[in-house]
Amino acid sequence: MSTHKITVTVNGVAHTEEVEARLLLVHLLREKLSLTGTHIGCDTTSCGACTVHLDGTPVKSCTVFAVQADGKQVTTVEGLAQNGNLHPIQAAFIEHHGLQCGFCTPGMMMTSAALLRENPNPSDDDVRWGISGNLCRCTGYMNIVKAVQAAGKQMAAGGNNG
Amino acid sequence: MIPPSFDYAVPASVAEAVSLLSANPEAKLLAGGHSLVPLMRFRLAAPALLIDLNRLSDLAYIKEDGGWLKIGAMTRESALDRSDLVRTRYPLLHDTTRLVADPLVRNLATLGGNLAHADPANDHPAAMLAYRAQVVAVGPGGERTIPCAEFFVDLFTTSLAHDEILTEIQIPAPAAGSGGAYEKLERKVGDFATAAVGVQLTLTDGKVASAGIGLTNVGATPIQASAAEAALVGSAPDDAALRQAAALAAEAAQPSADQRGSVEYKRSLVKTLALRALRTAVARAQGA
Repeated sequence: MSTHKITVTVNGVAHTEEVEARLLLVHLLREKLSLTGTHIGCDTTSCGACTVHLDGTPVKSCTVFAVQADGKQVTTVEGLAQNGNLHPIQAAFIEHHGLQCGFCTPGMMMTSAALLRENPNPSDDDVRWGISGNLCRCTGYMNIVKAVQAAGKQMAAGGNNG
Repeated sequence: MIPPSFDYAVPASVAEAVSLLSANPEAKLLAGGHSLVPLMRFRLAAPALLIDLNRLSDLAYIKEDGGWLKIGAMTRESALDRSDLVRTRYPLLHDTTRLVADPLVRNLATLGGNLAHADPANDHPAAMLAYRAQVVAVGPGGERTIPCAEFFVDLFTTSLAHDEILTEIQIPAPAAGSGGAYEKLERKVGDFATAAVGVQLTLTDGKVASAGIGLTNVGATPIQASAAEAALVGSAPDDAALRQAAALAAEAAQPSADQRGSVEYKRSLVKTLALRALRTAVARAQGA
């Protein structure tokens, strides 16, 4: 067994931790840094509830070891809002009722925020393709798609690219 | 689910990774990790040492060179998906990449890992058989090239020695009049294929000059449908010829019954998917 001293910048704040190599990134976030907005859904790399951005790229944090994030930037759902203002994707999920039970929502929003950065005006198919690695067991996809598209329009109009 | 404990090393070069592998018989390489990490969480794999290749950024590239498309083993699926070169010149690879797992997995999953894991349910192995691709392996004695037809030995088993690392995938650059396609049935996005078929062919003067057909998840290894390929070569790619090749491809399948379907269903599915892939490949070849 090996332990490693790693420094990971999470939502702009550098954290240095001594971790076992087997510690998953999602467990670092939830258990060591108390950032419980990132959810563990399936634990089988299927559901996407644990999605975070690793150096800007959305990944399933249950399938990355914390040591792999050493020296990297992680953004979680807690890092979406800036200066007390909700990110457009968060505001749109509220406005368009893009959640039912809310369990998948952090992952949905992290994936969608990255999708909108590449494609601010996605079609229904673009959104459905983009979030196909995120599962909503309430099956509330209609409003999730609406929310993502509305956030894209808001970001294009407001110049906020997240 | 927490994986068992292991040691972790981050080599700065392929040579260092090879020497770490040589010195540790219980070591495993960590590429994208989207097959290995779930296996470790389920405790189906318990390597004593993980050798993390993710910092070897010089193993991530996509380029045409000397009649080959050369792809670094650590190239992410998402990079293949975004590559204009792949989309325009290598439609079989483009089709395949977009059907691997889901977009989030593709952000980290690598082509080298997909091949070296040798899961017959993975999508790239059959496509590489259709392409007549080869891989480059680096070990303590240097480098060697392995045709994909000799690479997939058995379930989760390749012809790589323990201390060899797959560093590059080489796909022959397509001749004029070439086309390819990959057809997959999956129960849901992210599932493994119930079955899938990859086709790559070249038309010359209205006849099939060469044909490659690979089958996914209908045997212990990806399967090259050699009889179907042979039947196509030299014939005009008309409906009868494509139907005959699809039927021969179905005969080459060796499926097992599981929760995705019976043997009879899967064999029938291979025939249907092969016909679709053949038709698309011919249309693309005629448009090329």
